[in-house]
Amino acid sequence: MNVTEHLPILQVVLPLASAPLAVLLRDRLAAFVLVLAATWAAFAISVLLWLQVGESGLISYAIGSWPPPWGIEYRVDALASLVLMLVSGIAAVVLPYSRASIEREIRPDKHYLFYAMFALCLSGLLGITVTGDAFNLFVFLEISSLSSYAMIALGKDRRSLVAAYQYLIMGTIGATFIVIGVGLLYIKTGTLNLADLGVRLQAMTSHRPVLAALAFLTVGISLKLAMFPLHQWLPNAYAYAPSAVSAFLAATATKVSVYALLRFYFSVFGETAVFQRLPMEDLMLVLALAGMFVASTVAIFQDNLKRLFAYSSVAQIGYSVLGISFDSVTGLTATIVHLVNHAVTKGGLFLLLGAVIAGMGGVTLARVQGVGRVMPLTSFGIVICGLSLIGVPGTAGFVSKWYLILAALEKGQWWLVFLIVLSSLLAVAYVWRFVEVAYFHAPRADLAGAREAPLALALPAWTLVAATLWFGVDTSLTVGSASRAAGQLLGIAP
Amino acid sequence: MTGFLDHYDYWVMLFLAMSGLFIVIARGNLIKKLVGLAILQTSVYLLYLAPGKIVGGTAPIVDAAFTVYSNPLPQVLILTAIVVGVATLALGLALVVRIREEYGTIEEDEILHLDADPADPADNASASQR
Repeated sequence: MNVTEHLPILQVVLPLASAPLAVLLRDRLAAFVLVLAATWAAFAISVLLWLQVGESGLISYAIGSWPPPWGIEYRVDALASLVLMLVSGIAAVVLPYSRASIEREIRPDKHYLFYAMFALCLSGLLGITVTGDAFNLFVFLEISSLSSYAMIALGKDRRSLVAAYQYLIMGTIGATFIVIGVGLLYIKTGTLNLADLGVRLQAMTSHRPVLAALAFLTVGISLKLAMFPLHQWLPNAYAYAPSAVSAFLAATATKVSVYALLRFYFSVFGETAVFQRLPMEDLMLVLALAGMFVASTVAIFQDNLKRLFAYSSVAQIGYSVLGISFDSVTGLTATIVHLVNHAVTKGGLFLLLGAVIAGMGGVTLARVQGVGRVMPLTSFGIVICGLSLIGVPGTAGFVSKWYLILAALEKGQWWLVFLIVLSSLLAVAYVWRFVEVAYFHAPRADLAGAREAPLALALPAWTLVAATLWFGVDTSLTVGSASRAAGQLLGIAP
Repeated sequence: MTGFLDHYDYWVMLFLAMSGLFIVIARGNLIKKLVGLAILQTSVYLLYLAPGKIVGGTAPIVDAAFTVYSNPLPQVLILTAIVVGVATLALGLALVVRIREEYGTIEEDEILHLDADPADPADNASASQR
């Protein structure tokens, strides 16, 4: 048996198997070591898969050797391999951080359960990305969603419970819409394999059940990815979840949903059906712009930094959707690059906010006054991530905005360039809110003795901050993979 | 009216789905919301199961005596979906129990009212010292 042939399934199975084992061990150190081993193994596998896809272009794995479309197929192409690497990479960084972080936020006897939930969530997200079967995708979506509701509810603040409940309601409605969409497609075509669906649907793209399926899938996935105006669950969920959970979900969950949307639009329905026969381009453009401006404006008026940057996430999702709405290679490249860049930036930002919570006891603006003096390194890191959200040259955020602007110019929509720059100014405003209280106010008397975050928190956070800077300078990995993935999605071989 | 009653299973499914969704949106009681959610999820089972049955069809066991077979796959899929639905409902109810422990109520508007107080309870203690 050759192990390298089975990498696609191992990618999902290792974290999935580590979850029940962690529960059985009932020991937080043992559970941590086990889940850490599985997470790092998943990351290593995703890198190997990425290298393999770089050579062969596509990996198709038939589970139990049942050939697709009868059996379940796992399918790794350029886009999937990039998202796999992103999700498992973020998990590999966040998990070591969570050990020191949940020490302060979750009761010690619950820690092993946290690690089990984390492993389940990771395997769900990886499963969504790797699977080539529509119903399998729904099951993995629910695995990742259910575990993330539970993890959000672990937050110290009681509002985390209500946030988790609201997310559960919205998320389940979204998931149910996705099943309805998949069900309609199944009734029409008799297949659940995504690639097979893509072939069979070409003859019936204007049939009414297929259009209804498109509508259900769009609304369902948009709920999951928090596309404006379906983002209501996101700010509270991110704000009151434990720090490590905020960072992990902000960096991965919505990104994987964007991946699912791209998969259904371009691999299943095909871009002619979605964008040329229906006014989806205009619809997504309007929603993306509304998200960018409304969410950024709301972010400016938040008093809790975690909520502030959660609203900023909604705005940043707007940029990803904007890239999809261009329906061009450059636009999709921008979307995919932005997935990676924003994941790294927001992940780093929420990890640093966790370090601030550890030092100052909270992240309300009133509390973090003068944090620039008592925790200079951490504050500096937050400013770097803030610059990346704005899109300052030299940071990852600049690269995504650059490609968005290129895509807008390609379409001749110069007014969009103006709007993209204008929305960046709103980002300046909300990042400035932090800079002002952190550097131009004296620390509160009772908090002046706060010290820098311990290395266990600082090191993972700075890994992501360093990645933010690295992807702003060397774009060969991000843009290279993204443009290849965009080419594959649109059927233009690289 | 040809065709209307031919598809009555879809009408039943639609009616259930819309009632479920309506309960989720219109009710303020957290348990009732979950009941609505369960109805919505259950309606989808029908969407899958009804087209899978062929009148006069048997289980797909190859035998000379039968020529018409029903598709077994929808039932397998829905078995999975039922498991997901049960897990969602269980988790939702567990959250409601915890919410009731923390807030003393399961009415949405009362919970919002209880949380309408100052931005961060952790800050209340020290806010007066500023």
